[in-house]
Amino acid sequence: MSYLEYNVKRSPSGFRKVLHVNWALVLLLAAVASIGFLQLYSVSGGNFERWTEPQMQRFALALAVMFAIGFVPLWFWRSLSVMAYGVSFVLLLGVEFFGSVGMGAQRWLELGPIRLQPSEMMKIAIVMMMAAYYDWLDIKRVSHPFWVLVAVALILVPSFLVLIQPDLGTALMIIGAGGMVMFFAGVSLWYFGGVIGAGAGLVTLVFASRGTSWQLLRDYQFRRIDAFLDPSLDPLGSSYHINQAMIALGSGGWSGRGFMQGTQSRLNFLPEKHTDFIFNTLAEEFGFIGGIFLLTLYVGIIVTCVIAAMQSKNRYASLLILGIAGNFFLYFAINMAMVMGLAPVVGVPLPLVSYGGSAMLMILIGFGLVQSACIHRPREKA
Amino acid sequence: MKRPPKDNEDSARVISRRAMLMGGAQMVFAGALVLRMRNLQLGQAEEFRLLADENRINIRLLPPSRGLIVDRNGTLLAGNVQNYRIVLVREDAGEPRAALERLAQLIPLSPDEIDRAEREIMRHRPFVPVTIVDQLNWEEVARVAANAPAMPGITPEVGFNRHYPFGAEFAHSVGYVGPVSEADLAARETPEPLLMIPRFQIGKIGVEREYEETLRGTAGHRRVEVNAVGREMRELDRQEGDPGSTLQLTLDRQLQAFTLARLGEDSAAAVVLEVQTGNVLALASAPSFDPNLFVRGISVADYGALRDNDHRPMSNKTVQGAYPPGSTFKMVTALAAFEAGLATPDERVYCPGYIEAAGRRFHCWNRGGHGRVNLTSALSESCDVFFYDMAQRVGIDRINAMAERLGLGIRYDLPLSGISSGLNPSREWKRERRGAEWVVGDTINASIGQGYVLATPLQLAVMTARLATNRAILPRLIHAIDDIEQPIPDQPPLGLSAAALAQVQRGMWEVSNAQRGTAYGSRIVDANLRMAGKTGSSQVFSITAAERAAGVRRQDQLPWNRRDHALFVCYAPDTDPRYAVSVVVEHGGGGSSVAAPIARDIILAAQSGGLPPIEAYPQPQRNRIETMMRTISEQIGPAVAPPTGRSRA
Repeated sequence: MSYLEYNVKRSPSGFRKVLHVNWALVLLLAAVASIGFLQLYSVSGGNFERWTEPQMQRFALALAVMFAIGFVPLWFWRSLSVMAYGVSFVLLLGVEFFGSVGMGAQRWLELGPIRLQPSEMMKIAIVMMMAAYYDWLDIKRVSHPFWVLVAVALILVPSFLVLIQPDLGTALMIIGAGGMVMFFAGVSLWYFGGVIGAGAGLVTLVFASRGTSWQLLRDYQFRRIDAFLDPSLDPLGSSYHINQAMIALGSGGWSGRGFMQGTQSRLNFLPEKHTDFIFNTLAEEFGFIGGIFLLTLYVGIIVTCVIAAMQSKNRYASLLILGIAGNFFLYFAINMAMVMGLAPVVGVPLPLVSYGGSAMLMILIGFGLVQSACIHRPREKA
Repeated sequence: MKRPPKDNEDSARVISRRAMLMGGAQMVFAGALVLRMRNLQLGQAEEFRLLADENRINIRLLPPSRGLIVDRNGTLLAGNVQNYRIVLVREDAGEPRAALERLAQLIPLSPDEIDRAEREIMRHRPFVPVTIVDQLNWEEVARVAANAPAMPGITPEVGFNRHYPFGAEFAHSVGYVGPVSEADLAARETPEPLLMIPRFQIGKIGVEREYEETLRGTAGHRRVEVNAVGREMRELDRQEGDPGSTLQLTLDRQLQAFTLARLGEDSAAAVVLEVQTGNVLALASAPSFDPNLFVRGISVADYGALRDNDHRPMSNKTVQGAYPPGSTFKMVTALAAFEAGLATPDERVYCPGYIEAAGRRFHCWNRGGHGRVNLTSALSESCDVFFYDMAQRVGIDRINAMAERLGLGIRYDLPLSGISSGLNPSREWKRERRGAEWVVGDTINASIGQGYVLATPLQLAVMTARLATNRAILPRLIHAIDDIEQPIPDQPPLGLSAAALAQVQRGMWEVSNAQRGTAYGSRIVDANLRMAGKTGSSQVFSITAAERAAGVRRQDQLPWNRRDHALFVCYAPDTDPRYAVSVVVEHGGGGSSVAAPIARDIILAAQSGGLPPIEAYPQPQRNRIETMMRTISEQIGPAVAPPTGRSRA
């Protein structure tokens, strides 16, 4: 696909682009971010400068970046896809050798004043790469084992680099996002069925081995799994945090304890209350209603993206939008499952709500690409 | 390469189908999240709300204020004084050493104290208030308070400390409190949570210990909200505790002060009883110690000095000290013989200075002999041979029974620590404890209060009160609890034959009123105040043959701890007894020369309600007595109110 393939005459240009921005998506993103501001204000105990103000500034900046990316024609980003993947990959390698260690894991590169988190970049780059790959690949060959293997390699190699940082959460998200693009591109369901079946079989095997002579995991590893499955087994040990998080969530009840009235977060029983566990403060203070409201906004973002992808007749654009949306889904689904005790604590923030600039910037860069696809969708002339 | 239109349509169809499939899966997952939230927030909300409250609400105990102890007239013997202390909170004060050095410019703080305080501060979390110094006086606290703006995190606080305004005077009876020890906790099956409060104090000895539950009161509590690291955020509610009950003792502060001062430097004990009620008016054990030293934890040096003193200041000799009663026991022997009808009051016995019995010679203290003596003269001159003779007639069984009737060998139920039951020996006792049969020599020794017989000063006072009233007087120390008067124990008549008792009382009267009486030197000349008594000098060691050969003839030539105990028991007034007194001076020498003068002064003080009236003394003694009384009166001072603040030691 090239510049010429774009029917430039039929795509909006100039200031008319503003009319074709997906405003519904912008509104939903702003609504979610506002919930974030509210909760950051609450957990800081009413201190505006502590978390809320920087978060607002970052959101404003990231929103500007999103619009900037959105107004650039999609063919430009498409031609950049391979490079984005390549650069992210090189930087990931760089982190291995020159990276700084923070929070016990190598995660970023110091390039002068800029802190680069290549693993975050890879979340977007993998989607761009896979969309470009399947746009390039003949549809008839999509399920051919060789071309499937190529795609799997493109996903697993960077995931492995992230995994050894070690950052299990991000590695899983890269695999998930890449896998979703493969799924959307039409790779035969047998492959997915096979992977899921093999995974389930392995888990069954591991648990069946417990207590036998051919036990596959060590005892302490089993005990960790037990603690995850039933946090009350070890209330003061490794599951202290998740127990406190569940108490915060559960004590919210139907309508919550009121804004800034959550005792678990206000009295610091809740760990990471402004980052990974911010959903629990929301659920504590606004209850079931508040939680459902946020989840509805998230689902709304996904639905908006799916509609946009189905409207687009361009293979790259559709795969890109669905990949970005899938990545976003993974963010909030993993985080919520984690804070509700349905998944182990892997350190995935709640998108646009948790305090932190890097993830927010990457998410809005992704939605910038989505906007670009929406704006530059070829349209019938009026 | 250009994609044919057909491909594009296929592609769009596949993508749409797959997008719907994935979208559906994502909706199912979102549905699962909703279900989970419903379960946690709607299904288990109550449970989690409870857990959240358990997290945030702590119950803190409020120590009740300890009950007061007052004397029979309401004078405060044990109270609570405000204790000003300086408390530092690290997170507000900043660098602890700098803050402490600023503080040291206002109040005396040694470098040692600063080091210790700094260590203590660093041991706790930054928001925990740590006491730097306590027992400050008001001026020091005022200086710190005035400079408070310049010293953030340093605040003066008020607490309460137990205080004994009369110090040593009531150390043994009232006792003292001290911090709860491991042993205190171990001794209780389920220790009250109150005892776990740091620095909480409980009674360690004496009334403070025996009436601990009454004095302690019940704890109040407050519910506070705490955060995850335990810092108190706010108080939710508070319920004050009930203060402990006020105990009114039967003791008389003035008389107690006089009695202890009169015992002076000796290792001695004295008990004053009100004979009609059994009320203990004074209970003095000398030397004493300052119980206030124990309240904050006594220093090793002070404790060592008390422990190593051969006069045993920490022992309450009035009830813990069991002494051979010596001649003060002779009334028991005499009454046992008369009651059994084995002797008549007028009967005379010849005293040649010794008696031969069971192949041994038992000497009278007067080796020249008393000649013919009857009961009264045997008592007044303290002739031993008369009682040897009586003892052989009545035997130990009757002596033992009479001793018990008169209150010896009984452990009285007073709220005091380590009460001894003395020893009222019997045949069974010797068989059990010594594995030997009772022999007649034992009876002869027992008849004059030697041998196995042991009695405490309290028991001797009770015996005297019973002799004075012919009723089974029991001692009583607690007069009222919270103004509710405690019953006086039953005092059934002893049923001693009036004629025999009258003879014994006559003999006791002659001891201190007849020219030949052993305590005639300690007579009282005021007819309304006259006393009847009995001297005793009980041997601890015999003067050895070697010492005799070396020329030792008299008690004061022996080393202190080998001299005889000096005893005297008495009651007064002789016609209508109101007070009974017993005095034991350990290794004092002679009862007549050492114990009797002390007992006379004490019983005169009891009768006069102040210092003994000088007119009650024989003319020739008055100058000497007056000088002594002046010294004592300076020593005990007038009754003083407890001070409100105390200077730091």
